[in-house]
Amino acid sequence: MKILVCISHVPDTTSKINFTNEDSQFDTNGVQFVINPNDEFGLTRAIWFQEQQGATITVVNVGEAETEPTLRKALAIGANDAIRVNANPTDSFFVAKQLAEVIKNGGYDIVIAGKESLDYNGGMVPGMIAGILGYNFINCCTDLIIDGSNVKANREIDGGRETVSTTLPIIIGGQKGLVEEKDLRIPNMRGIMTARAKTLTVVEPVEASVNTKAVKFEKPAPKSAVKLIAADNLDELINLLHNEAKVI
Amino acid sequence: MSILIYAESAEGKFRKVAFELASYAKKVAESLGTTVTAVTINAGDTSELSKYGVDKVLKVTNDKLSGFSAKAYADVIKQAAQKESAKLILLSSTTDSIYLAPLVAVSLEAGFASNVVGLPVSTSPFQVRRSAFSNKAFNITEISSDVKIIGLAKNSYGIFENTSNLAEEDFNPTIGDNDFGIKVASVEKVSGKVSIADADIVVSGGRGLKGPENWGMIEELAEVLGAATACSKPVSDLDWRPHSEHVGQTGKPVAANLYIAVGISGAIQHIAGINSSKVKVVINSDPEAPFFKVADYGIVGDAFDVVPRLIEKLKLFKEQN
Repeated sequence: MKILVCISHVPDTTSKINFTNEDSQFDTNGVQFVINPNDEFGLTRAIWFQEQQGATITVVNVGEAETEPTLRKALAIGANDAIRVNANPTDSFFVAKQLAEVIKNGGYDIVIAGKESLDYNGGMVPGMIAGILGYNFINCCTDLIIDGSNVKANREIDGGRETVSTTLPIIIGGQKGLVEEKDLRIPNMRGIMTARAKTLTVVEPVEASVNTKAVKFEKPAPKSAVKLIAADNLDELINLLHNEAKVI
Repeated sequence: MSILIYAESAEGKFRKVAFELASYAKKVAESLGTTVTAVTINAGDTSELSKYGVDKVLKVTNDKLSGFSAKAYADVIKQAAQKESAKLILLSSTTDSIYLAPLVAVSLEAGFASNVVGLPVSTSPFQVRRSAFSNKAFNITEISSDVKIIGLAKNSYGIFENTSNLAEEDFNPTIGDNDFGIKVASVEKVSGKVSIADADIVVSGGRGLKGPENWGMIEELAEVLGAATACSKPVSDLDWRPHSEHVGQTGKPVAANLYIAVGISGAIQHIAGINSSKVKVVINSDPEAPFFKVADYGIVGDAFDVVPRLIEKLKLFKEQN
């Protein structure tokens, strides 16, 4: 079983979000980057398949050299090897096209990518890979079981969940539920040491059309301060929600 | 050349997002001097769409499509877009629409911007404002392809009535067997309760409630308001509440009109998931809780004192209004 886990290199949630170059670029100054949380759930599930069912795991990222520490972290957690497609990931279709190429060349049975990244929140890369390759695709996947070439999975739906079955190869849009937060692994010293010796292959991008471009960034207008209402004056809260906010 | 929307329905009735999408499409169509066509799948009576400005509906009625299949539904939308020569396709941000949107985009070689808030910033070049960085910023995205797809963020535009003359047409797209590679074995849905995705109001509880046995008042508050119930991550990690109620960055996103947080301190990951809600109310005994920084209205007080009194006051209010 060959698994490819797609890793986005994203700012940690607690990072301050600022922009430079006349608000045309994300300001990476002082920002701590991490494995995108939705990808980390997928990676951890892949490690489970590695330990229980003998799978091998390749991690891949489309990004420039500065994303390599994030790939090394995935290797330290337990992935077998890594690929970096050397390109600036500016458009989801462009990224999906690069990943589809890696998948075609590597012959993976299972591809897991987070259902969305926490930076651009596009949420379209796994679906686009599936569209390009014509593979079966399960989005918002919260449980994944592989038995031979049979796949059983749960997916989250609005107000509940759906159990589905299909066959390999498969593209998964992953999220919490594939594993729980308590199952996530922090790389240990041995993992970090062995990760240094694992193969990280850099490949050049293939040509792909770019259909969208982020031209400018904006920060939301500063919020006005909270209106505090005395705990013994709940009529005032109801009045404000009804007459001012008009939400009840 | 009309604008195509996919008007989503469930069990033969339109979801509210379909009307928001229609309202939005009408406004964009007016600025572009064109009309709105909706494609529906097993929606039953489609006349309601005329209230929100839809000019034409392509009605698909097909037993094969009785359960959701992202690939098959994407195929229907693609064929509808081709039939109408639509250059702009609008989708909502439900779990199903988010699932099928990238498949439609690839099949039509269309640029796709998801999480779009508000009307296009410019139509030539075509630029939209989208929410990014977990609602901590916006980006203006330019779509340069011939066919363009927008995913409208839930509750970001609103529903506006705008009566039109609706032309209905039966539409029979080709559905292949290879559209059903994913087979649905079973669907579990909590019935009789408002889902977090569909709710206008969400009442959410945190660790400040001390234990699962104290959730009765949260459920009662939600019931009085016709709201969905939700919880913070620690609460779901402790199994006080089902994981399906966990809202926040790694849980479900909330974009409600009103979000009431009870006993939730407001960790940044929690705020990231609920921040696109319009009005936020916090009830917390700790005045230093970070939630007060993002809330619109706040009560510093003990939830066990405040919430039961609030329920009684709201019942009275509901009787009078």
